Amino acid sequence: MTHSTGSVSACLPIHSDLDLVRVRQHVRQMTAHLGFGLVEQTKLVTAASELARNALVHGGGGQMECAPVTTGGIRGLRLVFSDQGPGIADLEQALSDGYTSGEGLGMGLGGARRLVHEFSIDSRRGVGTTVAVTSWISGPPRPREAH
Amino acid sequence: MTAASTFPYEGHVPVLRLGGVLLVTLQGDLYDSTAEQLRQDIGETASDSAVTGVVIDLSGVEIVDSFMGRVLSDVAAMTRLLAAQTVVAGMRPAVAITLVELGLTLPGLRTALSTEDAMRQLGDEGSVLPRAGRPHRERP
Repeated sequence: MTHSTGSVSACLPIHSDLDLVRVRQHVRQMTAHLGFGLVEQTKLVTAASELARNALVHGGGGQMECAPVTTGGIRGLRLVFSDQGPGIADLEQALSDGYTSGEGLGMGLGGARRLVHEFSIDSRRGVGTTVAVTSWISGPPRPREAH
Repeated sequence: MTAASTFPYEGHVPVLRLGGVLLVTLQGDLYDSTAEQLRQDIGETASDSAVTGVVIDLSGVEIVDSFMGRVLSDVAAMTRLLAAQTVVAGMRPAVAITLVELGLTLPGLRTALSTEDAMRQLGDEGSVLPRAGRPHRERP
């Protein structure tokens, strides 16, 4: 597509809606580069958009770290969003569908969780919120991955 | 409520008028501010003129997240109040799959597979100039 962002990890700031566009473009490029299928690319880019917007709107801005990962010969992409905002008072509620504290449809966190393979969240009041997600390149299982 | 914004727009989305239908073609990655502006532009144009339908062509859009989903359903609700119908046309399959998993099925949003189909749907309801003869009022 474009020049090689390569498979190096990157850290992108999230402080404006311009940054949201950059986050989406970066994740799109990385997933395409790693060989994600179109649907999986779209899911991860959408999840990244939701989580980056949360960091911007609720956390007052933050950053995304993006790094390719490998396990047992399967490649994936891990994204970590962090902010130093007020934290989430009730995680259970924030993850439920339909919960919204502002603009949007209340699908941000819960929706993003459904779009990725692994999801973890750590939020402390007054300290900030960190959300880590990973998606793997799906494909037919390979019986013989020679060592 | 003023449109004045210092945000760097990626671009202003043009709202074209074809008879009684507004045609909006979205391309690429939209800034949140551009989407907000678009919602306002459609509202103003739809109320200004004798518009009876709005077609939003999404065929050039690679992702729709919950924010964009909200803009689309807001536009549909708003145009309904202004006596017009909104049809979203040409959504890519990967976008549709993602929206459903995200939990956004956008009920109430009318869809068509292409812009042409959307125009036909609106035409069948007499929104655009009806063909002489058979005005068909049934919902598809």
